[in-house]
Formats: sequence, C-alpha cells, structure tokens
Amino acid sequence: MITGIPQSGTFKWTYRAYVTLFFVYLALPLATVCVFAFNDSVFPSLPWEGFTWAWFFGDNAPYIGVFHERSILRSIVTSGVVAFWVSLLAVLVGTTNAFLFVRHDFRGKGLLYILMLLPLIIPGIILGISILVFTSSVANFLEDATGVWFDGLRPGLVLVILGQFSFITTFATLVISARLQKFDPSLEEAALNLGATRWGAVRAITLPFLYPAMGAAAVVSVLMSFENFNTTLMLVGSDAPLTITMFDRLKLGSTPVLNAVSLLLIVVSAALGLASLLLQKRKD
Amino acid sequence: MAGNLSKRGYTAARGGSMVSDKSKLTFWLLMAPLLIWLVTLIILPHVGMFLVSLREKVGVREYETSFANYQVFFNEPLYWNTFARTAYMSVTATALTLLIGFPIAYYIAKLTRGRTKTTLFLMCLIPFWVSELVRTFGWMILLRETGVFSNVLQYLGLVSGPVEMLYNDAAIMTGLVYTSMLFMVVPLVTTLDSLDDSLIEAGYDLGASSFAILREIVIPHAMPGIVSGCIVVFMLSLGNYLTPILLGGKDSLWFTGLIYSQFITRFNWELGSAFGFLLLGLSSLIVFVGLKLSGQSLTKTMGQA
Repeated sequence: MITGIPQSGTFKWTYRAYVTLFFVYLALPLATVCVFAFNDSVFPSLPWEGFTWAWFFGDNAPYIGVFHERSILRSIVTSGVVAFWVSLLAVLVGTTNAFLFVRHDFRGKGLLYILMLLPLIIPGIILGISILVFTSSVANFLEDATGVWFDGLRPGLVLVILGQFSFITTFATLVISARLQKFDPSLEEAALNLGATRWGAVRAITLPFLYPAMGAAAVVSVLMSFENFNTTLMLVGSDAPLTITMFDRLKLGSTPVLNAVSLLLIVVSAALGLASLLLQKRKD
Repeated sequence: MAGNLSKRGYTAARGGSMVSDKSKLTFWLLMAPLLIWLVTLIILPHVGMFLVSLREKVGVREYETSFANYQVFFNEPLYWNTFARTAYMSVTATALTLLIGFPIAYYIAKLTRGRTKTTLFLMCLIPFWVSELVRTFGWMILLRETGVFSNVLQYLGLVSGPVEMLYNDAAIMTGLVYTSMLFMVVPLVTTLDSLDDSLIEAGYDLGASSFAILREIVIPHAMPGIVSGCIVVFMLSLGNYLTPILLGGKDSLWFTGLIYSQFITRFNWELGSAFGFLLLGLSSLIVFVGLKLSGQSLTKTMGQA
C-alpha cells in the first residue's frame, strides 16, 4: 500500500466512487437474477408483484418451481454425471501429467508442454466441432468396416465428457503441477532410505501431499464442466446438460423458474469456488 | 546430503542412476495418458477438421480436394464481413476491458491491504465462478424492453415509453466486457502486486507527475499482465457464442454463430470446418503476435493461469 504520496481529496473520492461503481456493475446482473426468482409473476421482469417461493417449490401451473420441473431436474442430473466423469478423468490424467512434467526430463519436453497448454487458447466451439468431425469420421469408418453401430462416437454424453475433458485436463495439470513443484524430494528419499519401495513412497508420502491440490483440481473441474457451454453445444445429443436446457428456455422466453435455477447455481458455484481457493491455499 | 539436493540434481540423479527397466516403465506409464489425451482429442481432431475443410462436395458422397470452401468464404461478403466484424468488436471489447479494469487492479494491488484487499479480490472472482449463461441472463433482464433499466427510466420520467436496450452492438459490448473482466483484472493485480512501492515513491520524490509515473514505471512493469490479460480477453470474445446470440439477437452476426449454423442447421460440415479453421487461425495469430511484441512465451503467460 502506497502511503508516501499525498493525493488531492477530489482525486481520492473520484477514485473511490469509480471503484464502488465498478463493483455495483459486477454485482448488478447477478443480484437482479436472484431478486426476480422471488417475484410473484410469470415473467422475470417488473412490475414487482410480491414475494413468493413458488419458483422453487410451486407445483401448480404456471407456477412450477425448480423442484417440480422434470426437465430441469433431469438436466441437473445429466450435468452432475458429466461433471463427475470429467473431473475424475481430468484429475487422474492431471496427476500423471504433473509427475511427468515435474519429475522427468526427456527430449521434446518443451514441445509437449506447449501442446499441453494449447487447449487453453483454442476457442471452445472449435474444440467442439473438431472432436465432432473427428469422431464422426471414425464412427463412419468403423461402421462401414464392421457393420456395427458405434453410438458412443455420435453426439451424446460420451462426446460431451470427452470434449470437456479435452481442455479441463490442462487446468487440472497446472493446479497439481504447481503443488508437486513445492514438494520437498528429501521426504521421499527418506522413505526410500527407510526401505520403502518407490511406489510405496509415492503412495505414502507424495500423494497425500498432493491431495489438497487434487481436491482443488476436482472442484475446479466440476465447476468448469457444469458451466461449460460452447464445447458442449456442439457435442450434445438428446440428453441435454443444464446450461443447454437453460439456453433453449432462454431463447423462447421463460418463467422466473430460470431465475430460481440461476440463484441455486450462483450459490453453489460461489461455494465451490471458495472451496477450491481454500484447498489450494492450505499449507502444511 | 539428500536434503540439499536441488530439484534439478534430484531429477538428474534419478534419471542418471536409475535407468532401470522399472523407471523406464514408470516414464512410459506417465507418458501414455498425456499422449492419448493430446493425440486423440486435440491433434487428430484438428488435423481431421483441416482435411474436411479441404473437401469439396461434387456429388452424393463424392468429394474432391480443393480450397473451394475457403473461396466461398472470400467470395461471400456476408461471411468475411462477419469475420471482420467479430475481430473488430473483440479488439474493442479487449481495449474497453483494459481501460475499465486497470484502475481497479491498481486500486486492489496498490491502495488496499490485508482483509480489504482479499475481500475486494474475492468480490471480483465470485461473478466469474457463476455460469456465463446466468450472467448474460442478468443483463437480459436489465436491458430488455420490459426490463429493469427501461422501467426505472420511465419511472423517473426520463422517457415516455418502454426502451429496448437489448439487441444492439452496445448490449453485446456490455456483455463481452462484463464476461471478460476477471481475466484482465487477475493478471493485472498479480503483476502490479510485484511492483515495489518504493519505485513509485522514488519517482514521486524525484518530481515526476502522476502521469509520468504511470507511463514510465507502472505500465512498463505491468506489461506482462497487460499482454496476458489482453490475449485471454480477445480469445474469449472471439470464441464467444452465448453473449452475442442472447444480447445481440438473431442478427448479431458473430462468426461463431455462422460456424454453428453451418454445422447444426445447414449440415454443411465442409464449410463449417473451413470457418472453424479461419477462426482458429485468427486467434492463434493474435496470440502469436501479442507474445512476440511483448517478448513473452506461451509457457510463461499461460502457465500462471
């Protein structure tokens, strides 16, 4: 904090007003979404018709709340399944990647590291279409050759999981590598000196050290998977994850039930986000 | 002793003295998931997409290799106009995000400390953990004809009827800047944090004006953050689909919208792949030029994400 420089009062107050305005700008859309989840009206807009919980718990049409709306509940489950597999795969591959990049020197390491970072700079929609084009041509080829139908390679949940995994793994790798770099190798050496096998030492010493980072990577993966739209849009089949269902509803114009879903999403994602920060910050 | 081995020495010792079959096996077991991931989900799909973009349909399931799809792009003004417009709007969004975000980052990094600093930083982060769809939905409720702003203006008597603020370029810009803000503020705060305060104070003591300090000390130091922020924001805007479609309406003319319609609505994958490659080309070019101009490397810029 800079204290040594005197500044005029006007400047200071203008600056503060600007910062305040900025945070109002940040909070405004989210606050609006939340407030209208409680409006007793079938449109998420003014005028304010009074407070209601109907958009959460209501079961009388048109007041169908989130918890009675089948299509939304189903897509939440779909998103959950996708997020589970994506985060499991991303953390597994992220961990092996971290060991490879932090512990091994080999020819072409620099090139592979850049390749590993590439998914960060490829627009999500391009990742989606490239995987769609590739898996479809593989499926066509296999079906022509064998006559068997390959459902997993056609748009659907498997492709959505693969598509999200393809870029979320980069984040998992970065989070886990950062922690592995801080690991003091002498701890593992000590275990080896005491007669542990290499795998035993890794399992007993190194992996527990990595757990917080793996946890943080898992949380971040769940969050990114739940929210992903661009890649998912190109790969989705008949089972739509939550963001796709909400997008379709939004285009048509919908009741405040979408506000209610959004409010739940805001609460859950803020909690998950904070959890990932705490996990990454944990010291021992 | 073992405890004093540097990381490099440690790796070398393991690589040197233990070139046993077992450690080779470990190495390849670690290499396998990485290679499977990168080859099957990143490299082959992009090669495949490029090959499809070079395919010209000449009959039912008959194709020839040619640049016909790219010619279609250059011969159809709608296509390259949309491409240019998307690029231009993304550049504008990047510049606006930098202008709005820089004072905020400076405030957080240099004018607050302790708990206030953490709180402000978290307040910046939270909106971005929330799905882009929810954020865009919020802007729709605020900006549309029956929306909050329109109602407030009518209530205040500033306008006589409902005002439609949605479905124009300003609405798209608002959404893009909002969506990208975090990716500018975080790298800026990180680089500004590492700037030694005494440098600024020294500049002041030597009689420099605030503007001179900003130009000669603060901005040069923050350059890595500015570059990585701008690259990420530009890429995100270029590849954005939700914001232009929802806030800009059907005629928003965003290049990702064209890609989507070629793939899903028209089922013309050849042209769609060509479009995808053009977008990828532009985005890679900007990243490359940005890194070259600032003398940074991808590993350094993105590794800190």
